[in-house]
Amino acid sequence: MKIDASHVAKLANLPLNLVEEKKFEKQLSDILSYVEKLKEVDTKNVETTSQVTGLENVTREDETATSLSQEETLSNAKSQHNGLFKVKAILTE
Amino acid sequence: MNLNSLTIKEAKVGLKNKKFSSVELTKACLEQIKKYNKDLNVFITVTEKEALDSAKKADELILSGQDLPLLGIPIALKDLFLTKGIKTTAASNVLKDYIPQYDATVVKKLKDAGAVILGKTNLDAWAHGSSGENSDFGPTKNPWNKDYVPGGSSSGSAAALTADMCIASTGTDTAGSIRLPASFNNIVGLKPTYGRVSRYGIVAMASSLDSIGHFTKTVEDSALFFNVTAGKDPMDATTLEKEYTAKPLNKIKIGVDPDFLSKSLEIETLNLLAKAYNVFKNDLEIEDFIPDVSLSHQEYGIACYYIIQPAEVSSNLARYDGIRYGLRRANFGDEAKRRIMLGTYTLSAGYYDTYYKRAMQVRTLIKQDFDTAFKKVDAIIAPVSPTPPWKLGEKINDPLKMYLSDKFTVTANLAGIPGLSIPIGFTSKGLPVGLQILGPHFSEELLFKIGCAYEQATKNEIWRKLKPKL
Repeated sequence: MKIDASHVAKLANLPLNLVEEKKFEKQLSDILSYVEKLKEVDTKNVETTSQVTGLENVTREDETATSLSQEETLSNAKSQHNGLFKVKAILTE
Repeated sequence: MNLNSLTIKEAKVGLKNKKFSSVELTKACLEQIKKYNKDLNVFITVTEKEALDSAKKADELILSGQDLPLLGIPIALKDLFLTKGIKTTAASNVLKDYIPQYDATVVKKLKDAGAVILGKTNLDAWAHGSSGENSDFGPTKNPWNKDYVPGGSSSGSAAALTADMCIASTGTDTAGSIRLPASFNNIVGLKPTYGRVSRYGIVAMASSLDSIGHFTKTVEDSALFFNVTAGKDPMDATTLEKEYTAKPLNKIKIGVDPDFLSKSLEIETLNLLAKAYNVFKNDLEIEDFIPDVSLSHQEYGIACYYIIQPAEVSSNLARYDGIRYGLRRANFGDEAKRRIMLGTYTLSAGYYDTYYKRAMQVRTLIKQDFDTAFKKVDAIIAPVSPTPPWKLGEKINDPLKMYLSDKFTVTANLAGIPGLSIPIGFTSKGLPVGLQILGPHFSEELLFKIGCAYEQATKNEIWRKLKPKL
C-alpha cells in the first residue's frame, strides 16, 4: 500500500523536505502492509469498540468555576499582543 | 545503610521511628542522581531545591505525628506529567521550554500524600517507543548494562528506580510502556485498569488506550502507591470506580495461553518463564493452573493497535501548533512525524472503513477473548517481552521491528484490563526478565495478591540479591 507522503504531510500540517518525504514514504508503506493483516479477521456483524469503560454522557453542572488567569494562559506563548495570542494573518487585503 | 535503596514500606518505618529524616533520604537520592545521571541520562530535570523544601516540610509533619501514605518519600515523575512551574517537555524539542500552569491530578494527589518530587524523567518523546531511543534528549541507558536499552517509553522512570535514584516513580502504559521497562530493569510495574487513574494533566498519547501507572521495588509498594493515585476525577470524564473483592489465593485459577510459549520467544526468556510458571503451578497453593487458555486474536494486536493509536495520536498532537505553547511542528522528531502521518492517512477520506473501522471491530474481538478467558480463570500469566533487553541502536532503523516488541503487552491496552509486571530472573548476560499477571477490569487487588505470593515463594532465590554495577 503506497502512501502519498507529500499529501498526508500537508493534511497533518507537517513541513517535510524531499529527503524526509522519501524516507517516510517507504517506512509508512511497510507499516501499512503489515496492518493489512487485519483483513484475515472475520469482522462480519462485529460491533466497533471505541472505548472500554461503558460510560456514557458523563456531565457536570453548567456552572462557572475558577480557571487559569489571563496571565497564566499566555505564559508560554511566544507571540502575544494586548493580552491576546497573536497569530499570522489568515485574511489579507 | 544506603537510604536510597529502601522500599517505600521500609522508608516509612524508618521515618516514623526517627531512624533518619526525609531530608537525609532525599539527599541520598539526590547524591545518587548527581553521581550517575550524566552517564545514564535518566533525568531531564532535577528539582533539587523544591525536593529539599518538600522534605523539610515532611519532616516537620512527621515530627508532629502526622501520617500520610507517602509522607517524605522521594519519587520521580515521567516527563509527561504536568508539574506546575516545573518544565515539562514530553522529551520533545517542541516542548523543551514549556512550563505548565497547573499540576496533573495524579501529581496533586502524590503531593497531597506527602511525596517529595525529585524531578522529571526521560522517555521516548510523546511516549512513542519501546526502548527510550526516541527521546529528543538522548536515550537513557539500562543501569544493568549501559550498552543495552532500559525499555520504553517510561525509560527514565524505570532506570531511576533500579539505579536507586528514587524510591518509586510514575509512568504511562499505552501498549506496554510501563510493563516492558519494568521487566527490563528488575522492578515491579503496574498498568492499571483504563479509567482507574486520572489522565488529566498528563500529555495525551492515545486517549482510549493510555493508562497511568507506576514503578516500585516490591508488589506491596505498588499497592500502596496505587491507593494514592487511583480514583474518580471530575477533570477526567473517563474515570470510574467499581467495587471489587479479590478471592483468597486457594480459590484462584491461573491460566496460560500455550501459544505464547512457542518459538516466538527467545530461548533464555522461554526458560525463565517456564521456571516461573512452575512456581505458580506448584508453589503458590492456588486452586488450579489451566495451561490452555486461548486468546485467539492475540496475533492481530499490533496491527490493530498501529491503526487505532496513530489515529488518536494524530488528533492529540494537532494541538501543538506553536501558538499557545511550544515550538513549531517542524520540531517534531521522526517517530512523532511517522505516527501523525499514519494516523492522518487512515482517518482520511476513503480509508476510514478499510483501516480504522476494521481495527475497532478487531478491538472488540480482542476484548472478547479476555472476557471469555476470565470466565474460565481469574488471572492470566504471560511473557512481557519476546526477548531480553536489546542493544542500543539494534532496532532503531526498523520501526516495524521495534513495534513488534509490544506484541504481548498491547492487547491489555486494547481491552483496558490491568497488568502487573514482576521480575522473574536474569539471563546469562545479566539482563533482567519479567512476567506479567493480567486480570479482568478492576482486579488490581487480585494481581497484587498473586504477585506478592510469587515474591514470597521466590524470596530466597540468589538473583533477588543482585544490584546493577553502576
